[in-house]
Amino acid sequence: MNDFRIPLGTWIETFIEWITVTFGFVFDFIRLIVDGAFEGVAFVLVAPPFYVIIAIAAAIGLAARGWKFAVGTVIGLGLILGVDQWDNAMATLALVLVASIIAIAVSIPLGILAAKSSLASQIIRPVLDFLQTMPAFVYLVPALILFRVGEVPGIVATIIFAMAPGVRLTELGIRGVDKEVVEAGQAFGASPWRILRQIQLPLATPTIMAGINQVIMLSLSMVVIAGMVGAGALGGEIVASLSRLDVALGFEAGFAVVILAIFLDRVTAALGNGDTPIGRVLNARKASRSAAQPTSAPAPALV
Amino acid sequence: MSEITTTSSSSPDASSPEIAVKAHHLYKAFGRRPHEMVKKIAAGASRSDVAHLGIAAVIDASFEVKKGEIFVVMGLSGSGKSTLIRMLNGLWDTTSGTVTVGGTDVTGISAKDLRDVRRKSISMVFQHFALLPHRTVIDNVAYGLEIQGMGRTERLARAQTIIDLVGLSGWADSMPSELSGGMQQRVGLGRALAADTDVLLMDEAFSALDPLIRREMQEQLIELQEALGKTIIFITHDLNEAMFLGDRIAVMRDGRIVQIGTPEEILTDPANDYVAQFVQDVDRARVLTATSVMEPVRAVVTKTAGPRAALRTMRDLQTSVVFVLNRDRSFAGIVRDHDVLKMVKAGDTDLRTIIRHDATTVSPDTALVDLVEPSVGSDLPIAVVDARNRLLGVIPRVTLLAAIGNVTTSTGELPVIDPPATISVNVITDILRDTEMPRDTALEGAEA
Ligand SMILES: Nc1ncnc2c1ncn2[C@@H]1O[C@H](COP(=O)(O)OP(=O)(O)O)[C@@H](O)[C@H]1O
Ligand SMILES: [Mg+2]
Repeated sequence: MNDFRIPLGTWIETFIEWITVTFGFVFDFIRLIVDGAFEGVAFVLVAPPFYVIIAIAAAIGLAARGWKFAVGTVIGLGLILGVDQWDNAMATLALVLVASIIAIAVSIPLGILAAKSSLASQIIRPVLDFLQTMPAFVYLVPALILFRVGEVPGIVATIIFAMAPGVRLTELGIRGVDKEVVEAGQAFGASPWRILRQIQLPLATPTIMAGINQVIMLSLSMVVIAGMVGAGALGGEIVASLSRLDVALGFEAGFAVVILAIFLDRVTAALGNGDTPIGRVLNARKASRSAAQPTSAPAPALV
Repeated sequence: MSEITTTSSSSPDASSPEIAVKAHHLYKAFGRRPHEMVKKIAAGASRSDVAHLGIAAVIDASFEVKKGEIFVVMGLSGSGKSTLIRMLNGLWDTTSGTVTVGGTDVTGISAKDLRDVRRKSISMVFQHFALLPHRTVIDNVAYGLEIQGMGRTERLARAQTIIDLVGLSGWADSMPSELSGGMQQRVGLGRALAADTDVLLMDEAFSALDPLIRREMQEQLIELQEALGKTIIFITHDLNEAMFLGDRIAVMRDGRIVQIGTPEEILTDPANDYVAQFVQDVDRARVLTATSVMEPVRAVVTKTAGPRAALRTMRDLQTSVVFVLNRDRSFAGIVRDHDVLKMVKAGDTDLRTIIRHDATTVSPDTALVDLVEPSVGSDLPIAVVDARNRLLGVIPRVTLLAAIGNVTTSTGELPVIDPPATISVNVITDILRDTEMPRDTALEGAEA
């Protein structure tokens, strides 16, 4: 009796092996693309001197949240530089950016599909539940087999792990758009594509941005785990500190992760609710321009 | 049953030029097997018989809306009004039956053709305005034109004229959230008007507004309709609004149209107990307006007609008061029999010296409840005058009481003329004969 067990693991293993053999070229291709993207982004971040990157980050912080946040950004990034984790931090940032951008590029269309079709929603939802509940480590194993050691398995595992909130919140945002407003689009003869573009997406933007924010944060947390499969960067340092019981190194890399996390979170959150200093400046400019135009006085003119 | 499931759109009256929208045996059922529900209902099952299958929201609705008409669909919440109106422009499919808009059958046409019909022929105003919150007022108003493919400069120019028309001049660059509810609905109305379709659907368009604004919007809608000649299908749960706006009213109950008629017909000749009860529960004094109960003015003379004409009118109609009009037909006041008699005896001819201004004047849309007090305070009928002070009709006290109490005023064709005569016919005739002078006769001859 006790000898019997369902060989679920074996089945999946066989399946993965079969996939590796049959679709090897597909995975090689994906590997090539993802690797290229990562190398490119990493180069852009690492190649310029640190002060250029810090200045750009501070400028982004200023535009998104104001001068206090810009100062905080400079201090935070300076701290990373001070503990000599700059290159690792930039590599991590590159991993996060590439993984997030791909995850977002996949999850938003999926979310739109789920919002438009109840059937698609019913299929996608349990899959997302599954992907999100599965312990993140588990993705690393097949990813490692399919893409071999390096950044790529880490990024792919990150994408799968981080995608779910992007899909969910996109669907939620679009379904949450006032039904009457969508009906108004239909009633005036707008095409479904036009309604999506001019009504549903703009009105769902805050929710979708909240999803993007979550995708980025999940990516960051996963990228550290991905250090285990050779993704290197801060994750690699943390894994190394674990194996060497190096408390100092562990915390230094950990702080760098926290600083990146705070920066990415605050910036994307500010973009999400649309209330940014740069937005306010642009609005003020627009308002003063329209106020400058002569507008006729309000008159109760009706027929 | 075949009559219900398939009906030809080529029936002669569907393409008749006077019919803007035609609904032919419309059914809409929500549930797993809508067609089965419709079949059962068409075969005689009631709405509750098929309740286990789902909701029959609209049952066998047929009507024709004439061009330039305001057609009101009235019913309690849940009676199927919104479902019905959404089938007219194809927002929702019909389960069975056909809809024709401007001669085109819009049921079962392709999505693309349907969009074309919506762009060109039928637009809509929504209960909660449904404006695009991220666009300015002018861009909202221009939305329909944008979808029609009109260039930006041209559509903004056109939208601006509509903005002026609906009384929002100066707000073109504001965002909808900066506007009050009434103003937002003006934008909604403007958007529908700008699209320049013949037919306007309005689903509880004024229900979300507070009562004062609502009245104002109703009045403006009527003015706009008169100016632009649109066909309007207006949904409301408010009998008062229905009575005020509707040229004709369709009363809905539990998905069925139970009566279609003019406001007066609905009120005075309800088709069944339901409608009767519906209108009975209503405070008639608040629903009915001066227009709907006023009587034509019979005892009336122009100012220049002179006292003898006034006196003769009083004698013929057996009343003690006549209404006097200015040259331009505007209301000048009233004269009483004793004053006129004195004047005739004295040989004076200028009616102006004895005109009294104690008659109450009201506008046509005054609710009856507001007529009670002035009516009680005086024996004079209330004068109903329009914005230019022209006398439209009068409301004698008897008429007012009868209308509020829902009893018929007269037993026959005899008009009610108030107040009754105080001087006998013979006395007046004698005086008219005794004072007759050639000059006066000539004057009267010219008047006649
Ligand atoms: N999408 C829907 N699905 C199921 N039932 C609906 C739907 N829309 C409306 N109904 C039902 O149809 C009936 C009529 O609704 P509606 O047309 O909105 O009424 P009204 O506008 O007169 O208040 C109601 O019982 C409502 O619950
Ligand atoms: Mg409704």
